[in-house]
Amino acid sequence: MADFNPKEKKILYRAFRITAAILIVMLAAALIFCMFDLPGLFSPDHPGENIVAERYIESGIEETGAVNFVAGMILDYRAFDTFGESNVLFAATICVMVLLLVQDQSKSRVRRKRSKKNGTVNSDQTTVSESQTSFEQLPESKAYYEDLRDEREIEPRLIKNDVILKTIAKFAVPFILMFGVYVILNGHLSPGGGFSGGAIVGSGFILASVAFGFDKMERFLNRKSAGIITFVSLLVYCLAKSYSFFTGANHLESGIPLGTPGAILSSGLILILNICVGFVVACTMYSFFSLMRRGKI
Amino acid sequence: MFEQIYNHFNDIVAAILFVIGFSNLLFQKNLIKKIIGLNIMDVAIYLLLASQGYISGRLAPILTDGSENATTYINPIPSGLVLTGIVVSVSVTALMLSMTIRLYRKYRTLDLDEILVKVRKEKEDKGEG
Repeated sequence: MADFNPKEKKILYRAFRITAAILIVMLAAALIFCMFDLPGLFSPDHPGENIVAERYIESGIEETGAVNFVAGMILDYRAFDTFGESNVLFAATICVMVLLLVQDQSKSRVRRKRSKKNGTVNSDQTTVSESQTSFEQLPESKAYYEDLRDEREIEPRLIKNDVILKTIAKFAVPFILMFGVYVILNGHLSPGGGFSGGAIVGSGFILASVAFGFDKMERFLNRKSAGIITFVSLLVYCLAKSYSFFTGANHLESGIPLGTPGAILSSGLILILNICVGFVVACTMYSFFSLMRRGKI
Repeated sequence: MFEQIYNHFNDIVAAILFVIGFSNLLFQKNLIKKIIGLNIMDVAIYLLLASQGYISGRLAPILTDGSENATTYINPIPSGLVLTGIVVSVSVTALMLSMTIRLYRKYRTLDLDEILVKVRKEKEDKGEG
């Protein structure tokens, strides 16, 4: 970019925008043209409406015991697919941890060195961590905040006195968690399941951590416990489904009786797998938020 | 022509949403806005899958009134595919956001052009020094 003068840069920039606009118009035309070849909207003669979907619906209850055909499909017929999805979430958590935690450690080392050099910053930090009472007692010097470099590092030091948020969260969080557990446990009976219920539970955790501070959440959901919960859930899922490799790979029946369809304790392994997926999703949601909000979990 | 557009209304809306997201990827300089564009593209795919999976007059694939007839319910496969798409999109979004956080920490800006200029300057400094 150093090789061009400003006028040439402007021309190049404009040329890029015009080319991109032409490309986008062409893409839109091609996509809309292709859409006309699809089967019409909501029409019953859809090519996807074949023997596979028929099999999932007509013999789904006998074979999986789940009233919710989608749950029966994703956790019984296509259980390996869902296992892969859970592993994608797990891998994403690990990647986010690698990206955000490693940087923090090297940075804090740098800051410790820097604060050794000039004692003023260090004393400022100690006063804040000792008092930690209210917003007014934070140091107002601009240099202090510039030294932090990262706005998010200021936030955990403020003890929040947000009465409205705290009061509402006190009432709302238990109900949110209860609803999430309901959605997970009824995954084979009603709309929902491990993914949606886990997302609800995770958002309940996020609300609790915003209202009451991360320190209180850390008592039961820290890096160690979240890792153990995720690992154990994935391991249970893996062991519950991978035995079919040894029994001929086309035999996905478990020894657990299917029970009467519609009862809460029915449909064999699906309930257990839903709980596993729910744990994984809840831990992932909370750890994403925690890692991005304050840089650690 | 008009009837054909009406017949494929949802699909065309999905295509237009996809193109809007793609143009966000190309035209926006801000990294966060690029990520929002990618999410709009994801939403377009969900809309296409969900509208292709629905058949008028049929029920959601959950047993109602004891009917086990395949013509009573819609196809459960597109619903499962949308679920897969949502999970992957959440993971990808989290990954991109954390990369953006790291870029912001290093270069103190979200503008991709400024970041590229700074990277080039850094490389030149290293080459000279």
